[in-house]
Amino acid sequence: MLIPHPLLGLRDAQEFTYLGDASLMSPPPSDDPEALERHVHLRDNPAGLLRELWFHEQGDRSWLVVTRDTRTHEILGAELATDIRREGAR
Amino acid sequence: MDFNGFRVVWEGLTGHRGWKPLWRDPDPKPAYDIVIIGGGGGGLATAYYLATVFKEARIAVLEKGWLGGGNIGRNTTIIRSNYMLPGNQPFYEFSMKLWETLEQETNFNSMVSQRGILNLCHSDGQRDAFRRRGNAMILSGADAELLDTDAVRQMYPFLNFDNARFPIKGGLLQRRAGTARHDGVAWGYARGADRAGVDLIQNCEVTGLRIEAGAIKGVETTRGYIGAGKVGVAVAGSSSRVMQMAGLRLPIESHVLQAFVSEGLKPCIDGVITFGAGHFYVSQSDKGGLVFGGDIDGYNSYAQRGNLPVVEDVAEGAMALMPALGRARLLRSWGGLMDMSMDGSPIIDTTPVDGLYLNAGWCYGGFKATPASGYAFAHLLATGQPHPTATAYRLDRFARGLPIDEKGMGAQPNLH
Ligand SMILES: Cc1cc2nc3c(=O)[nH]c(=O)nc-3n(C[C@H](O)[C@H](O)[C@H](O)COP(=O)(O)OP(=O)(O)OC[C@H]3O[C@@H](n4cnc5c(N)ncnc54)[C@H](O)[C@@H]3O)c2cc1C
Repeated sequence: MLIPHPLLGLRDAQEFTYLGDASLMSPPPSDDPEALERHVHLRDNPAGLLRELWFHEQGDRSWLVVTRDTRTHEILGAELATDIRREGAR
Repeated sequence: MDFNGFRVVWEGLTGHRGWKPLWRDPDPKPAYDIVIIGGGGGGLATAYYLATVFKEARIAVLEKGWLGGGNIGRNTTIIRSNYMLPGNQPFYEFSMKLWETLEQETNFNSMVSQRGILNLCHSDGQRDAFRRRGNAMILSGADAELLDTDAVRQMYPFLNFDNARFPIKGGLLQRRAGTARHDGVAWGYARGADRAGVDLIQNCEVTGLRIEAGAIKGVETTRGYIGAGKVGVAVAGSSSRVMQMAGLRLPIESHVLQAFVSEGLKPCIDGVITFGAGHFYVSQSDKGGLVFGGDIDGYNSYAQRGNLPVVEDVAEGAMALMPALGRARLLRSWGGLMDMSMDGSPIIDTTPVDGLYLNAGWCYGGFKATPASGYAFAHLLATGQPHPTATAYRLDRFARGLPIDEKGMGAQPNLH
């Protein structure tokens, strides 16, 4: 798989490590332990489009949010996680 | 239909015209007492034990493809009971004991071969960890032996003992472990279940669960609605998709695991060997092919095929451990869907929906579990109580802080 890094262009997925569903970026408030537990342990795990976190460990060490189809491995786009954070979106 | 030596000779002489299908191919009835979703190893074994041991009747297994076309027909066939934690090891040892009598039980040649599994260690720390695991295995009633380098050298002189980075310092041997013919296991259970009256319904995908007032009523399928008193879900890599139909999110991610087989070679490896410093394990099939594999690809996938980096990684592991393998040609590779759980251990439990039961989270070790997985799930479905060896496999164990994390990796499925 080749990941279209917004700054570096197409990069081999081997340069990245995989964390999982991008919703991991937005933990619920820490005064709600049950929601926190669900956040840590439960996943949608969809068959289809998934927004997910990849870390460019052997590259510029940025976190990307990659949109990928889990049925075909087709990658539809990649954004810098910091950009998404700044916009306050999910 | 039974197999015996006389029959094989007779059919050989008469053009093999007398063989009959091993099971019926029935149409679904309007309703059953118990419906099992998923005709893999887990689902078929569950139906078999429900009908034979627990004397349940009116049972159906619904399979979206053909029986045994999922992971039960894709795995590398290793069976073993060399776990450490108390929530796991008694269960896998129970499974090992069922393997030892499986062929007599089902009258099917499942080629259960207790050829031994050797886990190699490459550092003093790893050897200490193996000693601890071996002791835990012995405490559970299983067998374990810690070998030093010379003993390993006697078994497998061709390994790369003096690799500068990963010298072989010994190994943990379980002699009762080994391999089994995966298809034979599925077919043996399928034929046994069919004979005991279970309807095995193929090409029947479950597309919805009918739930009324918090209780299961039946399943929607591509072959129409089927009513059910109880529904057991045993769909391996598709657990999240099916349980989503009941509005449940699971502590599971689906991942792809690949395996490989070489061209047929003269007998050279008589047991199972695992490399302790990389992602590689190998055994030799009775046809002569070296069957080997490594780790999951590491990203969520429902594609049933993996990518080249893992092929390269596994090949590098092979070359580091057994340089002679570099001369063998790779014949085939394939992938299967794993439901990787948050602690690497399975779930056999009731669910918040009355009458809906879950058997999931087998990660890449569910083949060895097949007999016990089926037995324990049948026990739960029939009696409402978990089997004594499966009491820790609860769905809510994460919320209660009781994960069964053999590798100590935390809630990160791709690291288990
Ligand atoms: C490459 C590879 C190597 C492996 N090596 C080993 C090993 O050496 N040792 C070991 O112990 N384990 C191994 N495993 C793991 C093991 O194969 C699995 O954990 C185990 O087979 C899963 O249980 P099962 O047999 O019930 O699954 P499956 O055979 O996958 O059964 C699930 C069935 O459910 C069906 N299904 C799914 N959704 C629906 C639906 N909506 N309606 C109806 N049916 C549905 C599927 O078609 C499938 O047939 C390996 C797996 C792979 C892929």
